Amino acid sequence: MTSPIVIGLEIHAQLKTRTKIFSPASALYCAEPNAQVREVDGGLPGALPSLNRAAVECAVQFGVAVGGRVNPRSEFARKNYFYPDLPKGYQISQYEYPVVSGGAIVVEDSKGGEKSVGLIRAHLEEDAGKLAHEGGASVADLNRAGVPLLEIVSEPHIFSAAEAAAYAKTVHALVRWLDICDGNMQEGSFRMDANISLRDKKGNPGVRCEIKNLNSFRFLEQALNYEAERQAEVLQSGGTVTQQTLLFDPARGETRPMRGKEDAEDYRYFPDPDLPPLLISEETIARIKESLPVLPRARRRMLAEKYGLNGYDAGLLCAARELADYFEKTLAELAPAKENLAAVAKTAANWILGDLASLMNRHSLSAKAAPVNAKALAGLLRAIGEGVISGKTAKAVLETMWKSGENAEAIIAREGLRQISDEGELQKLAEEIVRAHPAQAQEYRSGKEKLLAFFVGKIMSATKGKANPAQASAIIKKTLAD
Amino acid sequence: MNGEITTAGAAGLLQMLREGKTTPADARAVFAERARELSRLNALVCEINDADGCGAEDGALFGVPVVHKDIFCQRGQKTTCASKMLANFVSPYDSAVVEKCRAAGMHCIARANMDEFAMGSSGENSAFGACKNPWDEARVSGGSSSGSAAAVAARIAPLATGTDTGGSIRQPAAFCGVCGIKPTYGRVSRWGLVAFASGFDQAGVFAASAEDCALGLSAIAGFDERDSTSLDVPGEDFSAGLEMPLRGLRIGKPKEFFDGGLDDGVAALLEDAFSEMQKAGAKIVEVSLPSARYAVAAYYILTCAEASSNLARYDGVRYGLRAENAEDIAALYEQSRAEGFGAEVKRRILAGAFVLSYGYRDAYYRRAMRARKRIAEEFARAFRECDIIAGPTTPTTAFAIGEISDPVQMYLQDIYTVPVSLAGLPAMSVPCGFAKKMPAGMQFIAPALEEKKLLAAAHQYQKQTDWHTRVPPLTPPIKDGGGETNNKKNIPPPVKDGGGTVNNKKNTPPPSLMGGDGGGKQ
Repeated sequence: MTSPIVIGLEIHAQLKTRTKIFSPASALYCAEPNAQVREVDGGLPGALPSLNRAAVECAVQFGVAVGGRVNPRSEFARKNYFYPDLPKGYQISQYEYPVVSGGAIVVEDSKGGEKSVGLIRAHLEEDAGKLAHEGGASVADLNRAGVPLLEIVSEPHIFSAAEAAAYAKTVHALVRWLDICDGNMQEGSFRMDANISLRDKKGNPGVRCEIKNLNSFRFLEQALNYEAERQAEVLQSGGTVTQQTLLFDPARGETRPMRGKEDAEDYRYFPDPDLPPLLISEETIARIKESLPVLPRARRRMLAEKYGLNGYDAGLLCAARELADYFEKTLAELAPAKENLAAVAKTAANWILGDLASLMNRHSLSAKAAPVNAKALAGLLRAIGEGVISGKTAKAVLETMWKSGENAEAIIAREGLRQISDEGELQKLAEEIVRAHPAQAQEYRSGKEKLLAFFVGKIMSATKGKANPAQASAIIKKTLAD
Repeated sequence: MNGEITTAGAAGLLQMLREGKTTPADARAVFAERARELSRLNALVCEINDADGCGAEDGALFGVPVVHKDIFCQRGQKTTCASKMLANFVSPYDSAVVEKCRAAGMHCIARANMDEFAMGSSGENSAFGACKNPWDEARVSGGSSSGSAAAVAARIAPLATGTDTGGSIRQPAAFCGVCGIKPTYGRVSRWGLVAFASGFDQAGVFAASAEDCALGLSAIAGFDERDSTSLDVPGEDFSAGLEMPLRGLRIGKPKEFFDGGLDDGVAALLEDAFSEMQKAGAKIVEVSLPSARYAVAAYYILTCAEASSNLARYDGVRYGLRAENAEDIAALYEQSRAEGFGAEVKRRILAGAFVLSYGYRDAYYRRAMRARKRIAEEFARAFRECDIIAGPTTPTTAFAIGEISDPVQMYLQDIYTVPVSLAGLPAMSVPCGFAKKMPAGMQFIAPALEEKKLLAAAHQYQKQTDWHTRVPPLTPPIKDGGGETNNKKNIPPPVKDGGGTVNNKKNTPPPSLMGGDGGGKQ
């Protein structure tokens, strides 16, 4: 059965280069308006673009990673239109000859199945500036003008809003994995345009609409669901869908026309005479292929095989390359014996995906930037493993480590958190407690075994929680039996 | 002494400076004075700058004044492109050409008038009014580098920069009786050169002699990573090859350039020039450029297409003219552009937008690209049979101001220059005599990067002729050696000989006595 919904996505990923694609101005995000504008970014008369090869390298990395064809010869073209955020009156993009053709993104659905979404192309282009409207006046900030973008165009092979979101998330993870895009959606580093149409009764795709400038996966999904429903209603009531460009209003949860077909633009593309054809040698492609990191799916398999992790944990660890790196570094620090490897790996994965991940989320920090590094986490895990502290204490220690940057050992020592594991000391304490509560001891001995917890609790409170609970329980049991 | 300074040319002036006969400051003052006296020619568009400074003292051309076409961005200076659109635009940065001239020690005394955004073949399309031809002030100077050519002809400066997209250096050089060289596309950086048609625009120089052109070109040529179309070839001393003799040189004569269309007077002058070169041992070979007849059409399609995009930045938003009281952004664009651009610029933007529009691109733009390729191939084929090509620069000599109003008629002025531009080749116009009292130019064309061949051929030709030493009969005329004013009107000042002294011995007939029959050879 063919899906009634047909979706294709165009994703704009801002490339992580130091300078802009055609000028020496900084490409980093900058809050002060127009602080990063050189002659060509401001569209000054006589200013000329010169290509930043770092942006090309990013595009080649992407092309190789998605199994696309990196074209040895591609071409920059001008897309001509007037807009106040477009200083030259044209955008330098690629049209007939993109840098990457083909390739595919393998997307996992919620049921764990896999689907390959084909790519038409990926091409390099420059970003436009930003407009703001202040008290009746409009102002332009050209800091972003000329920042390199990779436009990734999928085949219309996506058949639901959920699949579109899954695809976009996979692309997002991939460009971050490759470290060619910071993926910061608030700052506009990763933006999506979605084309959607419904098939007619014969199965042919109908008239499509384009929803522009979506900057969250949730909005993407909402917008597509809304639009699919809207188009279905139009068709059911005997109407026809008009081709148009839409914007999604997240506040109202609906799409709205941005401009109608009547002023559909003719961009008058032609090869940019200021830039020679973009040539990429076999050697460059081979070099980049060589230096490409192991890609997420392969890494996942690797983690599962090497450490005996389940597919789910391995998948979560491979959501970001630095997370997977963090995990492996932690394991390398712990260097467990072969027979303990799987158990230690599982514990490490649990801590990384659990407590550490929640700290990272809370502070919006990546694994790389986390104040607790792999070595420090390994120290904490070692303390747990050796019975120095309980898992419960460890959670608090991790919080302190995060805040103060100290290692686990220092915190445990300073705060006196070391567990009381001295058999003799606990034995003495157990005997005192049993003696102090003869009635309860009597009840226990006559079969009310639930009272064991009462005695363990007494030991824990007497030691202010520093007793090893398992050990305390065993000792109490033995004492009561005597 | 003043006369000597103004007519010495760049090489001659450098010699005088070396010999202590003048100083950079004095030379500057003399040229500045002449510029002020001849302001009626309308060759210059800004205040004359005879203040001290500017040029680097260790530069090879230290002390040589230069005039920059008003299309080269110069920091702190108005860079208007002779357009109302940029009438108040002060450039915040220097073009590569301005930087290089300064580094070579040249002092920019003023900026030259031009056709608006370098679009025109007469110098009439200027927001500041037409530039007049120093040989006959009722006639045009040619264009688009009108002021540069006129300034050199009137000896307001020994060197001037210009740009040539389809003939904008060569044609005004021919009309004004001076030398003008357009180097190979990519030879001189376009950084800071306000674009008309990026794939064609090329900076070059004007001077009275080929020798001076070589000096000027050596100063401005060279690779620049800021211009991606700049050719990564080592810098050259273009003066080094000037003594390459004409003997044995195979000069191609494209038969299509002599079919009809060419004025009889100009044709006769060219015949004389060819026999002059033949006498010096050059071999004349007939060559053919059968597709040259498509050149004007292809050229205008391609350059208008590029211009329509290059000039989109003049939208009234960031700099330049902004229409007042525009209701919305669309009105701001429309009104600013309607007010800011002249008729010819608008015509080309419209034509360019049309040929690029959906459904027409294949019929126009792509076909023109094919024609361009074919013309380049035909040049390459012709250069298998000859070392250099020679022919007319223009079909006629300078026409009267206001004489040509039909745009297509005007475009046909470029019939001999645009084929070269389509092929990106170096070419040069050299004065070759007078037809009905007006100077005519001979165009030399060389294979890519062979500017030295052009300059050598021109220099050798100029060693046998003296057309390039003729000075227009202007009022006031150039002052003589004693600093007294020569009051005899309309008599050209004496011609300088090799020794740099005033010399009337040869009793050279003034141009005004020459007919269009190409007479007056030395």
